[in-house]
Amino acid sequence: MTPPQRQKRGPAPEPPPPPAQQAEGEVRNPERMYVVAGPDGERAELDLVTLIVARAADPPPSASPEQAALLRLCAAPLSVAELSAYLHLPFSAMGVLLTELLTAELVQARAPIVRRSRTDRSLLEAVMNGLQRL
Amino acid sequence: MDFNGSDTLPGPRAEDQLPHTAQSAAKIVIVGGFGVGKTTMVGSVSEITPLTTEETMTQAGIGVDDNFGSASKTATTVAMDFGRISITEQLVLYLFGTPGQQRFWFLWNGLFEGALGAVVLVDTRRLEVSFDVMGRLEERGVPFVVAVNSFPDAPRYALDELRTALDLTPDIPIIECDARRRASSRDVLMTLMRFLHSLAMTGSRT
Repeated sequence: MTPPQRQKRGPAPEPPPPPAQQAEGEVRNPERMYVVAGPDGERAELDLVTLIVARAADPPPSASPEQAALLRLCAAPLSVAELSAYLHLPFSAMGVLLTELLTAELVQARAPIVRRSRTDRSLLEAVMNGLQRL
Repeated sequence: MDFNGSDTLPGPRAEDQLPHTAQSAAKIVIVGGFGVGKTTMVGSVSEITPLTTEETMTQAGIGVDDNFGSASKTATTVAMDFGRISITEQLVLYLFGTPGQQRFWFLWNGLFEGALGAVVLVDTRRLEVSFDVMGRLEERGVPFVVAVNSFPDAPRYALDELRTALDLTPDIPIIECDARRRASSRDVLMTLMRFLHSLAMTGSRT
């Protein structure tokens, strides 16, 4: 028996544009508008694995119930993905909520490590050492 | 949902909390068709019980100038399971099990662009469902390895034969695994890391 055959693809000349999301009267996908400062002062979009930490031990009285719930969750660092899971909120809704909290300086965002054209070898070695201990 | 009851909101168990020293996180994507074992693989290596993040996909009605509400739109909820491995006190690795269809990829901003790399999990009973996802990773320049999840009743092919069928260049690793076993899933991740490391070495010479 022979397995089915695939044809390899090369790199696309340009990344394919996202499907048209701005349908009439529709303003979805707000997360792309929000950016957070990275470690070098460079600005990065909120990522699934941006780590969020509350700046104070307790939510201020002015916080909405939604904000207070998030602030309690990230007393210790927690990724945006985990916050989304625990709060049962879609990832796109996290962008709105977190931008409010970042603007109010109630949380700190720690930018993720993303793939670069040349990935840092010491990072990969650290990950391999970590995996070996699993 | 009612956030007033937030005292009872589920959160990480005390032992699942990251240390305050956690400075940054990286992500790896495990991609494949439905039922291929993505969530199983995430669960077998994750230090936390896998969690689910959801996104709502809205599709506009076709050929309708919809000024009167959302009657002609359909919303679909798409879920993605993920897990976590603490690498050091400073560094955390997240694993996302992602549906293979490209239309889902835009829902999670930067999911593939920012990922260190990807594992394409294949099932030899339905090899062709992984063709499209591999093509898209190639188009986007996301480095990946192929892991063949060994189901007991699946046809067995030699890895060389699979490499030819999948049209993989000789440098792309392909390995067999049992996604249910932690050691086996860890080996898959190690294979990806070694591959990324070799790419970094090559890159530094040019």
